[in-house]
Amino acid sequence: MDKAEQLPHGPDWSFELLERYDQEIKRVAQLYRLDTYPNQIEVITAEQMMDAYSSVGMPIGYRHWSYGKKFIETEQTYKRGQMGLAYEIVINSGPCIAYLMEENTLPMQALVIAHACYGHNSFFKNNYLFKTWTDAGSIIDYLLFAKQYIEDCEEKYGIDEVEEIIDSCHALMNYGVDRYKRPQKLSLSEEKRRQEERAQYMQSQVNALWRTIPVRSKQVDEESQRFPQEPQENILYFIEKHAPLLQPWQREIVRIVRKISQYFYPQKQTQVMNEGWATFWHYTLMQHLYDEGKLSDKFMLEILHNHTNVTLQPPYNAPYYSGINPYALGFAMFTDIRRICEHPTEEDKAWFPDMAGSDWLETVHFAMQNFKDESFIGQYLSPKVIRDFKLFAVVDDDTKSYIQVDAIHNEQGYQKIREQLASQYNLSNIEPNIQVYSVDLKGDRSLKLRYVPHQNIPLGDSTQEVLKHLHRLWGFNVSLEQVQEDNKSHVLARVPDIPENKDALQI
Amino acid sequence: MSHFIDRRLNSKNKSTVNRQRFMRRYKKQIKRAVADAVTERSIQDVTSGESVSIPQKDMTEPFFHQGNGGVRGRVHTGNDNFIDGDKIKRPPPQEGGGGSGEGEASNQGEGNDDFVFQISKDEYLDLIFEDLALPNLEQKQLDKLIEYKTYRAGFTSDGVPANINIVRSLQNSLLRRTALGAGKKRKLNELKAELAELEASASKAKNKRKHEPAICALKDQIAELEKRLKNLPFIDTFDLKYNNFAQRAVPSSQAVMFCLMDVSGSMDQATKEMAKRFYVLLYLFLTRSYKQIDVVFIRHHTQAKEVDEQEFFYSQETGGTIVSSALKLMNEIVKDRYPENQWNIYAAQASDGDNWADDSPMCSKILAQELLPKLRYYAYIEITNRPHQSLWREYEKLVDAYPQFAMQHIRSVKDIYPVFRELFKKQAA
Repeated sequence: MDKAEQLPHGPDWSFELLERYDQEIKRVAQLYRLDTYPNQIEVITAEQMMDAYSSVGMPIGYRHWSYGKKFIETEQTYKRGQMGLAYEIVINSGPCIAYLMEENTLPMQALVIAHACYGHNSFFKNNYLFKTWTDAGSIIDYLLFAKQYIEDCEEKYGIDEVEEIIDSCHALMNYGVDRYKRPQKLSLSEEKRRQEERAQYMQSQVNALWRTIPVRSKQVDEESQRFPQEPQENILYFIEKHAPLLQPWQREIVRIVRKISQYFYPQKQTQVMNEGWATFWHYTLMQHLYDEGKLSDKFMLEILHNHTNVTLQPPYNAPYYSGINPYALGFAMFTDIRRICEHPTEEDKAWFPDMAGSDWLETVHFAMQNFKDESFIGQYLSPKVIRDFKLFAVVDDDTKSYIQVDAIHNEQGYQKIREQLASQYNLSNIEPNIQVYSVDLKGDRSLKLRYVPHQNIPLGDSTQEVLKHLHRLWGFNVSLEQVQEDNKSHVLARVPDIPENKDALQI
Repeated sequence: MSHFIDRRLNSKNKSTVNRQRFMRRYKKQIKRAVADAVTERSIQDVTSGESVSIPQKDMTEPFFHQGNGGVRGRVHTGNDNFIDGDKIKRPPPQEGGGGSGEGEASNQGEGNDDFVFQISKDEYLDLIFEDLALPNLEQKQLDKLIEYKTYRAGFTSDGVPANINIVRSLQNSLLRRTALGAGKKRKLNELKAELAELEASASKAKNKRKHEPAICALKDQIAELEKRLKNLPFIDTFDLKYNNFAQRAVPSSQAVMFCLMDVSGSMDQATKEMAKRFYVLLYLFLTRSYKQIDVVFIRHHTQAKEVDEQEFFYSQETGGTIVSSALKLMNEIVKDRYPENQWNIYAAQASDGDNWADDSPMCSKILAQELLPKLRYYAYIEITNRPHQSLWREYEKLVDAYPQFAMQHIRSVKDIYPVFRELFKKQAA
């Protein structure tokens, strides 16, 4: 194609133009080895965008009042002009569905295609968390099944009944995910092989002398009797498998909520990376097209205008400051990785000896594929980014009357800030660590949860409410306890709330 | 290759059901908010929706989250004057230490806000008029079937030519011709084959004469059959089918609402406003049941007059009060323009109870003898703080005898909505 040939620059878009842009962007994306699912690009109106918003990004959602509430909220804030709608929503599915808003201008549409259909899309396909936890090919079918199933249940058992179960599951949704992959079941032959190996080893260890020692009567030791044998962090899974009174359809609903929660689990952990990656690529792809002479100046100016809006990071004392902008941080980090590879300074060579001077494309792909926010920041947050953002860490200890600045963007602070920021994105620091501890199988079937605080941070105020929901699912007494430093546990909340009475029962 | 889809024409109301679920769940709160709002609403505003506010705390979805306290580290941007070890005064607790990546947990600050949202006019009306029914509707429905609607009802075999259904008729024709002609055709084919065979053998044979009679007989038979086949008519009266239309009685969808009001000197503007609210509610309520509603405004002091809305509510006249004049006028208008077999007639009368004492028996007489038998409903509201007078006592006698007559006493604006609900409460079967 002629290098000088400029693509039409809008501002109005048409489907032919979108297709031309998509082809160009795709061509460039392939130069940078962006590996994507096929794209399904859907043009929608603002109202439809609000619908998409309120279903938390699921293209097909089951019915629930909370989505209605979200819709009303979105509608209200949008109507009052407090919030603009996102330009796009992209769904992790194969084919990857991206929604473009009708109102966008042609440059915006091009930007969004580059951002969503090549940026996010390649992230969904290649990041290890998404690869491990989501199955892009089947999610749409599953959502469809879920919607249908819940609709059928509503018909059979009544809307209220179903709504109650879903309410309860939603309350525990964050505790419906597996954080570690269960090992694959061994194949039968492998199992056999290992078993023989063990038998052989045992045989080799046999020492007839031991048999002469009298067998002690088996001690019923409290620990071995415990159920579950080890604390369970996936509370919804535990409910689904072990709640004594649930009907089969109720278990299925628990399962549906759990599955959907698991589907979103990677997204929660890759905010900075995902947005950073997509922003990095829309910027790089568009810049590439511009350098080829395909985009006009005014087209590029509009794109840059939007790009800078997205990556704006207000300082801590700005009135509209609301924490770190994941777009800004992610974009800065990926850009910086490229810089370190292409033009390393002495400092970079000291901090990133492996990276400095390596092939940048290789390196960003590696970074995208193998990390999540926490580890990505821990690995790649460079002193330069810390300086550019003027990051500083503060410690707020409730035993003291002041907040202390712990580290600033200087030589001594880089490492601390990096660690602190990384841990800020560590889900296990943000979400309280609550696990199913034990069930009183022989007694009143009461369920005991345990809270292990992170840095002495207490639980928030809706704990009792959540426990009520858990009680509804479990069907018997439920309590939540916290182990203190002296190794004694004390009860934080219990449902039904009869203080002392339950302790008496346990004795 | 990417795939582009234009979804703009798809329905945009994917969330409607979820929204309804939300309304369903918070019905109690929403209804309370609407009931509060109805008395404060301005009257011109009857066609708009309503904004409803529910306390946020009633509808939070609980989840396990961290509370305030403990040791928290946070990274912020844009350091301009801090160095290592600086001690800063703790900002007010609501900000929770800046709360950046913390997401939901720090959104608690807005926990006290009310959740305000708009409901549409229809939703608003549904909520206001829920559990209310048109009085005496069931009882009167049968003899009020006064409008007929024509609808298609299949096909008949007789009718006017304009209604002939061509497709059906030709289908029948084809059917009949096939049924009557198939046997003959088969026979004809057989005979023709036989004839051909005979003729072939005749041409070979030496003695041609020998086959002649047989051939002649066959030819005769064939000619006879062909004639018969030809005589089968292409279309027969038997084939004709006509579109059939039937009349179905439908309840009349038109209603007329009479607003009667005393405008004598004793009725001040505040009282009129209250009456107006009642009329507005009644009007809104009727719009839900009837497609077309006429409103007739009759104002009276010693004489009654039909007026337009503006004059009805806002012009002031003085004089005595003769209620029966309005009832007479209404009766005339009903006779003239609103025959009771075509219109559902409703009336609401508002007054402060003043009437010329001798006139009150007259009023109840006109009502009982002339008006009430024609009416679907007659509501009398008395807006006053004083003790009841003769009109109220006269009317009280009517209440038991006529189920379509109702009366209520309103003291203040706040009473209107409850009184209205009381009047139109769904009667338990």
